[in-house]
Amino acid sequence: MGPGDYLALAAGAGNTVAISLLAIAIGTPLGLGLALIRWGRVPGLDPAVAVLVSLLRATPAVTLVLLVYFALPTIGFEVPRFAAGVATLTLGSMAYNCEIWRAALLALPLDQLDAARAFGMPRSLRLRLVVLPQIARAALPALVNEMTLLIKVSPAVAVIGVTEVTRAAVRIGAATYNPIPPFLVALAIYLVVIGAFVAAQRMLERRAGQFA
Amino acid sequence: MIPHGIEVLWEQRDALLSGFATTLVIAAVSAVCAGLLGLVLFAVLISRIRALTLVLAGLIDLMRCIPFMLFCYLIYYGLPSFGIVIDNLAAGIVALTIYNAAYVAELLRGGYAALPREGIEAGHAFGFHGWRLLLRIILPPVLLSSVPMLGNQVIQIIKDSAFLVIIAVQELTFAANEIQATYYVPFASFVCAMLLYWVLCLAVEGGVRTVLTMAEARR
Repeated sequence: MGPGDYLALAAGAGNTVAISLLAIAIGTPLGLGLALIRWGRVPGLDPAVAVLVSLLRATPAVTLVLLVYFALPTIGFEVPRFAAGVATLTLGSMAYNCEIWRAALLALPLDQLDAARAFGMPRSLRLRLVVLPQIARAALPALVNEMTLLIKVSPAVAVIGVTEVTRAAVRIGAATYNPIPPFLVALAIYLVVIGAFVAAQRMLERRAGQFA
Repeated sequence: MIPHGIEVLWEQRDALLSGFATTLVIAAVSAVCAGLLGLVLFAVLISRIRALTLVLAGLIDLMRCIPFMLFCYLIYYGLPSFGIVIDNLAAGIVALTIYNAAYVAELLRGGYAALPREGIEAGHAFGFHGWRLLLRIILPPVLLSSVPMLGNQVIQIIKDSAFLVIIAVQELTFAANEIQATYYVPFASFVCAMLLYWVLCLAVEGGVRTVLTMAEARR
């Protein structure tokens, strides 16, 4: 492996991190929205969300990325590979995060919410000041766990030709006829990225603990 | 356009069903092998052989940080350099088995850690040790309490099996992609594949519920 190969792997790592972070940043709030729809038993939407989430959670990322990339153009949306990759991982992250947020919502004691309602606090304020801070703290470990899972399925976007770490490693292996060294470098990159998320979770938990 | 897609899928149902059957076989074989290998790893993890336990725990942690697709490539390209030549399907099953065995061992260890010590101490007092202690005293409650997690792992195996498309194993996603590429019906073929994966996962969830209610009834 030459210096150019390490550069290609670093560029791939940049893509992996960018796609994963975008999917997390969009998927986590979307998941919260779906969870609120189910928690509030919005008529009509509640069962639809339940079915969608169950289906998405059962779908392999590879199948979903192929669907998004090949089917969207047939209904008139030409999407670049990168965007299709982000959309796929976002859908998966949204479905998993919905269940995590919902579990936190179901475990939330309702007495504070009743008290807030008794004092005439409007719904948006109740959500922002009473519900969100508590479920965010309760859901944090599961959310970070889900983020590491997302990074682990992110190589799926390589199937439609997005050059993230794994695909970069495959290319170098094919060019040098020695596939193992680039895979080991890719492995080290994943360890660093996933390790960074776990370390960030520990830090956030410590800070949350200080304010508790 | 969608009716056309369904028509094409109906004509190609044999290809699709054969892909589905391959996915089913891969998932079933890998799940059983990963379960058995996971049991062995679990036995080592809770043994008192300190050095071995530490090394294995480290390896399991490492495995849980690797994306399955990367591990699959490592097995597929790595085994031949050790002189082991197997076909794509076998390589895929080996990759799924080893990868998921690490997760199974870890979740059984979690169940063991949550187990009250009294039962095991009573087992010791009645003269159980070694394999008999593991099989008769430790495993039954650990396995029972791990049933939901084991079910989730089987679902993970089903979903990970789609990654084998990258080493050209002709499973469900591969079949859907072939039909899509030939007849240009991406929407119908991939949605159909998704529904079939969904059915498999719902069946596993149903199985888990049945086992739990049966266990509850026998209590």
